[in-house]
Amino acid sequence: MRDVAVIGVGCTQFGERWDTSFRELFVEAGTLAIEDAGIGGESIDALYVGNMSAGRFVEQEHIGALIADYAGLTRAGHVPATRVEAACASGGLAFRQAVLAVASGMEDIVVAAGVEKMTDAGDSTDVLAAAADREWEGFAGATFPGLYAMIATDYMHRYPLTREQLAMVAVKNHFHGSMNPLAQFQNEIRIDTVLRSTLVADPLRLFDCSPVSDGSAAVVVAPLERAREFCDTPVTVIGTAQASDTIALHDRRDISTLDASVAAGNRVFERARIERRDIDLVEVHDCFTIAEICAVEDLGFLKKGEAGRFYEEGQAYIGGELPVNTSGGLKACGHPVGATGIKQVYEVVTQLRGEAGRRQVDGAEIGMTQNVGGSGATVVCHLFRRT
Amino acid sequence: MTVARFWRKIPQRYNLIGTKCETCQTVFFPPRTLCPDCRRDGKIVDHHCGGKGTVVTFTVVRTASDQFSNLTPYVLAIIELDEGCRLTSQVICEPQEIFIGMKVKSVFRVITEDGPSGIIHYGTKFVPV
Repeated sequence: MRDVAVIGVGCTQFGERWDTSFRELFVEAGTLAIEDAGIGGESIDALYVGNMSAGRFVEQEHIGALIADYAGLTRAGHVPATRVEAACASGGLAFRQAVLAVASGMEDIVVAAGVEKMTDAGDSTDVLAAAADREWEGFAGATFPGLYAMIATDYMHRYPLTREQLAMVAVKNHFHGSMNPLAQFQNEIRIDTVLRSTLVADPLRLFDCSPVSDGSAAVVVAPLERAREFCDTPVTVIGTAQASDTIALHDRRDISTLDASVAAGNRVFERARIERRDIDLVEVHDCFTIAEICAVEDLGFLKKGEAGRFYEEGQAYIGGELPVNTSGGLKACGHPVGATGIKQVYEVVTQLRGEAGRRQVDGAEIGMTQNVGGSGATVVCHLFRRT
Repeated sequence: MTVARFWRKIPQRYNLIGTKCETCQTVFFPPRTLCPDCRRDGKIVDHHCGGKGTVVTFTVVRTASDQFSNLTPYVLAIIELDEGCRLTSQVICEPQEIFIGMKVKSVFRVITEDGPSGIIHYGTKFVPV
């Protein structure tokens, strides 16, 4: 297998993009990524695009071809374009397919993208509920906040985590988002902002939840041995791993441990032959505040039950022991579902290149992403090193 | 929703008929047609669950999809049936009454309707014992 590097990245403004359509969002991100890589469309061998539910959000399927068409990749090269879907992990999975395609030697220059246009849909709560078990969770009235709320109820029953400590996840992510010009929310909030916001599904309140967003992100990968042809600061993908678990939360071995996250985390660290303490920053899937608490523990950075104290001490801030979600995370940067996994890669690569501006983690060399689908049925992890 | 999708779930939703693997004796509700432990060595048969169980975890849904918005706030829980399997269901009680470890039993209720003239979806909810 060949080593793979990221040679270009692009990301749109995340938010309520009322004036921009699904296809325009993708073209915007894709153009930024290939300009960053300094390549032309004729160099692209393949395209993988992560998208959860264009069929429900904008009544459009056949996304691969649509995107290849509007990105101008059909006339000359008839570039193969493949849509990848794993609910909220679609982006991370698209990136993994691109990495595998290059590592295998089948392709050289591959674009991995993610896109979601959520604000065109009326009932996005119902669309998102399709990421869980429609017949046995959705049918009973389960919403996504409802499922993560049941994780939070179980977690807080078994481990020391106060409501205030949980709120600190959102406060930290808004602080990081305030330094990210692409973030949907660039305002700081206080613990009170979270605790006084409306209840969505007890104990989760509005400010525990990631928003409904539009956005797209794209990255270009190439064989490491060719990376410097395109880019002075390639970032090497030193590990890729994916794991599956039961689709329904009720069938899990442990309600508040995402076993797929544990498995993907263990695999990716083993393959990269590095330790948890080597990580300088991590982008995790904080679709809800409790998800970030579970993520840092399930990935092995902390023991189960230690996250509350860790967050209270501010160790997840930039400058802390383990900066988590320097982009602002899903909470503040926004969560256009299929784009999120690629935006995580965008953030880590930007940090490892030293180009993150006010939110730069000093001397960052190794970074990680963790992208979760559903309530934990798919988890994709990647590790990156500055080259 | 097509009629077929509706009626093939009737035994399970109306009467809690799950399945059981006779090889390892594990009961599945929601039903599975393949035992995840024994796989092709398993022998799957229908199994009628008794409907008694215990609340494992819960929430109170206050913002729901359009289909359930007329019910909010409603209590949603993961319930472990006495047979050992777990399912997600609503518990009919006040939000402040629910707790982890609460003993509950199944009841037959309307879950949703496909609009004013569409199919009425019946199914199982739980009430405190």
